[in-house]
Amino acid sequence: MEAADIAFVVICAAMVMLMTPGLAFFYGGMIRVKSALNMLMMCFIATGISSVLWVLYGFSIAFGDSVNGEGGGIIGNLDFIGFKGMLGVEGSETLLTFAVFQLMFAVLTPALISGALAERVKFSAWAVFIALWVSIVYFPVAHWVWGDNGWIGGLEIDGREVIDFAGGTAVHINAGVAALAAVLVIGKRVGFKKDPMRPHNLPMVMLGAALLWFGWFGFNAGSELAANGTTALMALNTMVATGTAVLGWLAYERIRHGAYTTLGAASGAIAGLVAITPSGANVNPMGALLIGLVAGAVCAWAVSLKYKLGFDDSLDVVGVHLFGGIIGTLLVGFLAIDGAGGFAQFALQAVAAAAVMAYSFVVTWILAKIIDSTMGFRATEDDETAGLDQVYHAETGYDFSQTGTGSVSVASSVPATAQTASGEKKVDA
Amino acid sequence: MKLITAVIKPHRLDEVKSALQAFGVHGMTVTEASGYGRQRGHTEVYRGAEYTVDLVPKIRLEILAEDDDAEQLIDVVVKAARTGKIGDGKVWSVPVETTVRVRTGDRGPDAL
Repeated sequence: MEAADIAFVVICAAMVMLMTPGLAFFYGGMIRVKSALNMLMMCFIATGISSVLWVLYGFSIAFGDSVNGEGGGIIGNLDFIGFKGMLGVEGSETLLTFAVFQLMFAVLTPALISGALAERVKFSAWAVFIALWVSIVYFPVAHWVWGDNGWIGGLEIDGREVIDFAGGTAVHINAGVAALAAVLVIGKRVGFKKDPMRPHNLPMVMLGAALLWFGWFGFNAGSELAANGTTALMALNTMVATGTAVLGWLAYERIRHGAYTTLGAASGAIAGLVAITPSGANVNPMGALLIGLVAGAVCAWAVSLKYKLGFDDSLDVVGVHLFGGIIGTLLVGFLAIDGAGGFAQFALQAVAAAAVMAYSFVVTWILAKIIDSTMGFRATEDDETAGLDQVYHAETGYDFSQTGTGSVSVASSVPATAQTASGEKKVDA
Repeated sequence: MKLITAVIKPHRLDEVKSALQAFGVHGMTVTEASGYGRQRGHTEVYRGAEYTVDLVPKIRLEILAEDDDAEQLIDVVVKAARTGKIGDGKVWSVPVETTVRVRTGDRGPDAL
């Protein structure tokens, strides 16, 4: 790797890093006041856990040599455990640059799932879920798609290979379908379809969406791992697909509901970004416009499925990430430039998407079931109704009045306590 | 003495406040309130889900006035708060038995 490329990719990594807090604000604004901090924390804890596991064994499992040797790789070996032997050797700067860039994907992907489970899961259970989920779902799937001998990356029909430039299957379809599986295990929020659950802060949602959009340039363009023409095409397509997706979502809303909502514009942007992620390096800007338009309109329709089918995907991770990911992954089969488009390419794309969906759904479902039946995944009904901020974090997002401040005691020797809604004291050791 | 209470649209508060000051009112109490009248609320749409919001944000204004001023004050408030559109609010007055200024213990009109 040239010095200029290293500089570019490290900056891209920093941009992708900003996406997770961006996502936290995007999600945080969309839920009710009482659990807003919990939502932000669900994203931040993903950042902490994935960063640690990445160094310990994540990078090795995802990008080490396949344990089953050449081709058809299922999982990486443990050669890079703790990054051992990677420093100060030939090519180490390339490996480390790649490792820090890919770490950001390992942080963002589990964080995406949090939006589906918002406002109703135990914080400790969520932390355990993420640690296990990245270990047995994300790291292996990343190996399938991007690993040197990964089996999806190695699929071939007529000399054609699966196109997943920046993570349509590994990141978005993977997170979207995992969200669906987890939601089916955990169940609906108390009051789903009965109580109003309006977003509490739409400007925060817009800010989060804007941060995601910005960071997505690093996510997509950085995936070329070099500063060249493909990088530039990807950056351009990232912008234009997102633009049409905003228009697509708003057009759908105007026809269907008679208003152009800000939440719709923000959601449309994310849908477009998701859809162009796998495909942007392999379509021309006209193709990107089409992918964005389709993603915007279809995802706007897809978010209503949860009401029709009765699963409570709180913040529409399924509607936006699963559907957006599928649209981008499949459409590139027909729209790919340089003669790659066609039925064979479409079939390849479909196999890749279906494989990730099947694996991620089944394993996530089992994992959520195990957590639910051992430590319990859900917050108690009382805690959920009262809001999770106070229960798990001993904080509240906003101070609406001066009447509830109480007395202040600063006692370092006293363990932090939080009052549960049901009245008993919880003590964090 | 009368207590005049007005429930008005939040964005008319500055207008009403200025009109009352121009009239010579020395003090008032302003509270954020929510509620609805005959028009009920409105509908909001979030990702296609429709929410009926019937408790609309309002400002509740309370003014103590001497009996002679009360009618005129009500007119001042009504004139300043009116937009002509639905949801402009209500104004009413009730008789007050006692008023005490906390700092001095003054009672009645002296306490205003």
